[in-house]
Amino acid sequence: MAIWLTKDSKVIVQGMTGSEGSKHTRRMLAAGTNVVGGVNPRKAGTTVDFDGTSLPVFASVSEAMKETGADVSVIFVPPAFTKAAIVEAIDAEIPLAVVITEGVPVQDSAAAWAYNVDRGQKTRIIGPNCPGIASPGASNAGIIPADITPGGRIGLVSKSGTLTYQLMYELRDFGFSTAVGIGGDPVIGTTHIDALKAFQDDPDTDAIVMIGEIGGDAEERAAEFIKANVTKPVVGYIAGFTAPPGKTMGHAGAIISGSAGTADAKKEALEAAGVKVGKTPSETARLMREVMS
Amino acid sequence: MDLFEYQGRDLFERHGLPVLGGGVAETPQEARAIAERLGGKVVVKAQVKVGGRGKAGGVKLADGADEAEARATDILGMDIKGHTVHKVMLAETADIKEEYYFSYLLDRANRTFLCIASVAGGMEIETVAEEQPDRVAKIAIDASKGVDEAKAREIVAAAQYPAEVAEQIVDIAVKLWQAFVAEDATLVEVNPLAKVGDGRVLLLDAKITLDENAAFRHPDHEALVDQSAVDPLEQAAKAKNLNYVKLDGEVGIIGNGAGLVMSTLDVVAYAGEQHGNVKPANFLDIGGGASAQVMANGLEIVLGDPAVKSVFVNVFGGITACDEVANGIIQALALLTERGETVTKPLVVRLDGNNAEAGRAILDGANNPLVERVDTMDGAAARAAELAAAGK
Repeated sequence: MAIWLTKDSKVIVQGMTGSEGSKHTRRMLAAGTNVVGGVNPRKAGTTVDFDGTSLPVFASVSEAMKETGADVSVIFVPPAFTKAAIVEAIDAEIPLAVVITEGVPVQDSAAAWAYNVDRGQKTRIIGPNCPGIASPGASNAGIIPADITPGGRIGLVSKSGTLTYQLMYELRDFGFSTAVGIGGDPVIGTTHIDALKAFQDDPDTDAIVMIGEIGGDAEERAAEFIKANVTKPVVGYIAGFTAPPGKTMGHAGAIISGSAGTADAKKEALEAAGVKVGKTPSETARLMREVMS
Repeated sequence: MDLFEYQGRDLFERHGLPVLGGGVAETPQEARAIAERLGGKVVVKAQVKVGGRGKAGGVKLADGADEAEARATDILGMDIKGHTVHKVMLAETADIKEEYYFSYLLDRANRTFLCIASVAGGMEIETVAEEQPDRVAKIAIDASKGVDEAKAREIVAAAQYPAEVAEQIVDIAVKLWQAFVAEDATLVEVNPLAKVGDGRVLLLDAKITLDENAAFRHPDHEALVDQSAVDPLEQAAKAKNLNYVKLDGEVGIIGNGAGLVMSTLDVVAYAGEQHGNVKPANFLDIGGGASAQVMANGLEIVLGDPAVKSVFVNVFGGITACDEVANGIIQALALLTERGETVTKPLVVRLDGNNAEAGRAILDGANNPLVERVDTMDGAAARAAELAAAGK
C-alpha cells in the first residue's frame, strides 16, 4: 500500500498532447503507471502512440473518467490555462489532481482552491509547481524519476522536487512507500499536514521524512500537528538556512519577509515537536538511518 | 515585484481611487516643473523601497517651485539604509485630520486573501497589532467572491471606521479590491488612508507587490521594473531566462531545482566556516530538463562575476540529464576560451541521478585541469570552499 497513489490508480493526463505532457506520459508509462488516456478538447477522439501503447484523447476530464474509470489526473497545461484545467478536474470530481505546472499566478491558485472548497473538496489537489507523487514500484504520477529507489517503508513529503530526489537517493537502500512533492508556491492544494496525516494512517509507512524550505509558516503548523497527532518518527530538513531576507529563492513561496519564515524558526518549531532536523541532506539521511535501523 | 510609492499612486489613480496630484522626478529641474504644475505647497519624497525614509530626512515640505527644486537637490542621491535615491515623488499636501490603515494581502496559511483594516494609521501595523490588538480588524476574503459592497460594509464595520467616512471607505474598499485583482497583486497596503480637512478620504501612501507569475497577462508591468536596482549580472541572467540571485560571497553556485540550490548555498556556507569563511556568491537554478545550452549560459554568468573564486555545479538529474550538464560545462569553457577570455576559476562538479555515469564520463574524458569531479554534495561543497579560500 501507499498513500493516495497505488498500483490500481488509473491516471489521465490533461495536456498529454503537449511537449511536456507527452514526454512525461511516456516516462510514467515506462515506470509502470497505469495511464489510461489524455484530455484535449481539440484532439478528442484521436489516439496517441507511446512506444506501442495507444492512448485515447478525450474532450474532458469527466468524459475520460466515464470511459476509463480514471481516478487520478496529472496536469501539464501552461500557466495561463492551469486554473481552467484544475476547475475542470474539480467539476468532474476526480479524486486526485496533480498539478505539475510551474509559474501559475497565485490569484489563480487561490481561486481554484476556493472553488474546490465550495464544491466540498471532493478532489485532492497536489501542487501546483510540484514534481508530483510517486509510490515506487506501484505507480508514478508526475515527474519524479522512477528509478531512484524501490518501494519501501519510508514516507516523504517535500516542497522541493530535487531535494526529494536527493533524499530518495540517499535512502534508496531502505526504499519509500510514497513520496509526495507538494510544491513551493505560496498557495498549494496539499500541505505537509495532509501528507503527515495520511502517512500516520498508512500501515505500510514506518517513518516520515519532511522537507521544507524558507517562507510562510507551513512547517511551523506541521510541527504543531506532529506534536498532537503523529506517533511515527519524523525526520526533517529545511533548505535556506543561509538565505538572505527579502530575496526570492527560485520558488515564489521561498522568501523571508520580516521575521517570519526563516529556516531557524522552522527548525526550532520542529525540534520542539520531537522531530530530528538535519542541517544538510546527508545529515538528514543519517538521522533517518538511525531511525530505521 | 515591489512597486515604488509613485508607481502605486499612479496605479491607484488609474483605478479611480482618490489620491493627491503628484509626479515623479529624476532631476531637480523635473521636480521644479512638477511643483509648478501642482502649484502651492508640495511634499518631496525620496522613492526608496525601504521604511524609515522620513526619519532619514528623505521627506521634506516645500513652498513653491524654488524650494521644491532645492529639496529635490538635497534628497536625490541621498543614501537611505543602503538604498540610493534616484527618484523623488512630488505630491500636493493635505490637511490631514485622521489617519487610518487599510490593506489586502495574500493569506498563505488559509490559501485565500485577507483584509487588514484599522482606525490607527500612520504607524507600522505590526506595532498597532501588538499594542492595541482590538483596533486591528482582520477579515478573510473568499477568493471566489471577492469584495462587493456588502463585504466592504462588513470590513468598515469590523474596523470601526467613523460613521462620517464609512460610505467613502466602502467605495474605496470595493475599488481597491478590483485593482488588486485586475493587477494580480499579492499586497496593497494604504498607510495612511487619511481623512483631510474638507472631509474627503484619500489614499496617501501605497505599498504594492505584484505577482511575477502573472506577468504573462500584464505586459505593462515590465515597465515598472526598477532598472537602477537590478544587478547587472541579474539582468544578464534574466535576459537568458535564468533564475539567478546575486549574493555577496566567493563560491559560484549552479544547481537544478530551487530547493536543491538553496540547500547547496547552506552546505557551502557551512563548509566555508572551515575555509576562510567563504560564502556562496549567487543562487542559480537552471531548472528542470536543462539543456547543454542552458548550462553553458549559466556558467557564463557565474564566471562573469568578478567576486567568484570557484564554482560548484551541483546537479541531481531528475528530468535534467547529467550528460547534458557535462556537455554544457565543456561547451561553456570552450566558448569562453574561443572568445579569448582566459578561464582560471576552478570548477567542482557533482553529478547524480539521470545519466550521471555518462555525464561523469564526459567530464573525465575532457580532462580539463580546471574541472574537478567530486562524488558527494558535502565533499564537493568542501572542495569548492577550499578552492575559493585559496583564490581569495
